[in-house]
Amino acid sequence: MTATVPRATTVPAAKAPAARPPRRGPLRWLREHLVPIAAALAFCYMLLPNVVVVLFSFNNPTGRYNYTWQEFSLDAWKDPCGPAGLCDSLGLSLRVGVVATLLATALGTLAAFAMARHRYRGRSTTNVLVFLPMATPEVVMGSSLLTLFVNLRVPLGATTILIAHIMFCISFVIVTVKARVAGLDPRLEQAAMDLYANERQTFTKVTLPLVAPGILAAALLSFALSFDDYIITNFTASASSVTFPMYVWGTASRGTPVQINVVGTVMFLLALSAVGIGQLVSMRNRKRATR
Amino acid sequence: MTALAVHPVPGAEDGPPDDADEARAVGRKRSTPYLLLLPAGVWLIIFFAVPLVFLLSQSLQTGSLTTGYALTWNFAIYPEAIAQYSEQLIRSLVYAASATVLALLIAYPLAYTIAFRAGRWRNLLLVLVIAPFLTSFLIRTLAWQNILATDGPVTGALQALGVTDLLRGIGLIDGNKLLGTPLAVVTGLTYNFLPFMTLPLYASLERIDPRLHEAAGDLYSTPWTGFRKVTLPLSMPGVVAGTLLTFIPAAGDYINSQLLGSPSTTMIGQVVSGQFLRVLDYPTAAALSVVLMLTILALVTVYVRRSGTEELL
Repeated sequence: MTATVPRATTVPAAKAPAARPPRRGPLRWLREHLVPIAAALAFCYMLLPNVVVVLFSFNNPTGRYNYTWQEFSLDAWKDPCGPAGLCDSLGLSLRVGVVATLLATALGTLAAFAMARHRYRGRSTTNVLVFLPMATPEVVMGSSLLTLFVNLRVPLGATTILIAHIMFCISFVIVTVKARVAGLDPRLEQAAMDLYANERQTFTKVTLPLVAPGILAAALLSFALSFDDYIITNFTASASSVTFPMYVWGTASRGTPVQINVVGTVMFLLALSAVGIGQLVSMRNRKRATR
Repeated sequence: MTALAVHPVPGAEDGPPDDADEARAVGRKRSTPYLLLLPAGVWLIIFFAVPLVFLLSQSLQTGSLTTGYALTWNFAIYPEAIAQYSEQLIRSLVYAASATVLALLIAYPLAYTIAFRAGRWRNLLLVLVIAPFLTSFLIRTLAWQNILATDGPVTGALQALGVTDLLRGIGLIDGNKLLGTPLAVVTGLTYNFLPFMTLPLYASLERIDPRLHEAAGDLYSTPWTGFRKVTLPLSMPGVVAGTLLTFIPAAGDYINSQLLGSPSTTMIGQVVSGQFLRVLDYPTAAALSVVLMLTILALVTVYVRRSGTEELL
């Protein structure tokens, strides 16, 4: 698209300007802006369901299903824990999410340092072991964990859900943190050592602060993955350990309470602000770095 | 937490400042990487690799959940399971492939605009790509039920524009219903995995020097030729990564086909979970799970070989 600009200057434009109509209105504009228009439509496609979720959180459905718009109501917002089991399931998802995030981030970060910084035998094996969980369909991982737990007679419940969540979060943490560690300028650490910092000081004062944004991003990603997972969770849960996605799935066949849309709206706003704040901080850091 | 927390030689860091070189040498000790890798590696081996072995073994066992299973090397289960559920298996691959192609067509202009045309709005647009997908997958898929509902605004608009008639003509839907059709399932799959396509595409497009495209223009290529010969080849790693990240989860997904489809759009993931959790026919379910994984691995290997981007793996 930008290429048309330099090319236009090579055409002798002064010759007979009247012979060709200079602008042919909407069609020409449409052709020139085809790509941004397609992008705008893609954004509509991506955001439409979120708009619907927010809109229908203010609905007052007549039947059990929150399908068609009836009238504006704040009932669901005033009583978010109204439907039985909803807030219990949210609590379980939050607890599992926090613990899975902490453990997966810790284990993944250690491994990421080893993979980015050290030479060792079996590098390709570890790469494959880290890559495979991300390339395996969830239904395969879930069902294989179920056969493991059933065959070893491990009772299903919150613990088995946690084990599974840590497993599928680790790979994403490793990939995220590894990219950050590999992108570090080694001269910064060398400079710290040249200025008589010992290895511990170099690590805590130079390396860790530089890698921290990557670790934070990995933690946020882990939490989002864990909080949102349905397929693997459903294989590793028992009837008494119902996470929020499992609760939503259950209501999908019995009739969805409006409160689910309230939770969806709050999650959307939280995610929007979390990602937004992250962007602002990284922009500020970049500005400070270039100064 | 730190690399030193598992340091095998205590006291090395307490040395005088001029011991820095020695400390560095100790940090590079041969056991360090293994100690750092140990916790995550053990976790992935026990809870990812070992379960796959159990899955394989389960598929070759006979018996029932109440009487117990015994390993009888019953390989016959594989042809049986494939024959019985080939329809769902093929349907899953077709839906996933359609969703991948659609996602590529939608995500490419999106990623291109963010990378080259967004200017100072770039970060805001990236937030808008990521944030919606951090909210519940299930709730958003349920929202598509609202959108595609028979008396909903989308169905009405499509009907008024004659699109419904066109779709019925091609055989994608029957009647005036959108919900419960393959079209609804593919729409949901495309939507749900769109960021997995957009982000790798953006990452590879963003790295391209815009002056390369300008140079193509200076050498009298049309914008389209410039795109085809310069930008597109340079963005291929993003295309390959994005298509893999979309196709693999889409092929195993059953949330979309369950919530937006009908019994005639059943995908293989639904069969596997139903056999495991409701029918309790573990060997068949395990065999189907193994078949799904091997099929995807084979397709991915061929695809990556043919696109010449092995270094991605």
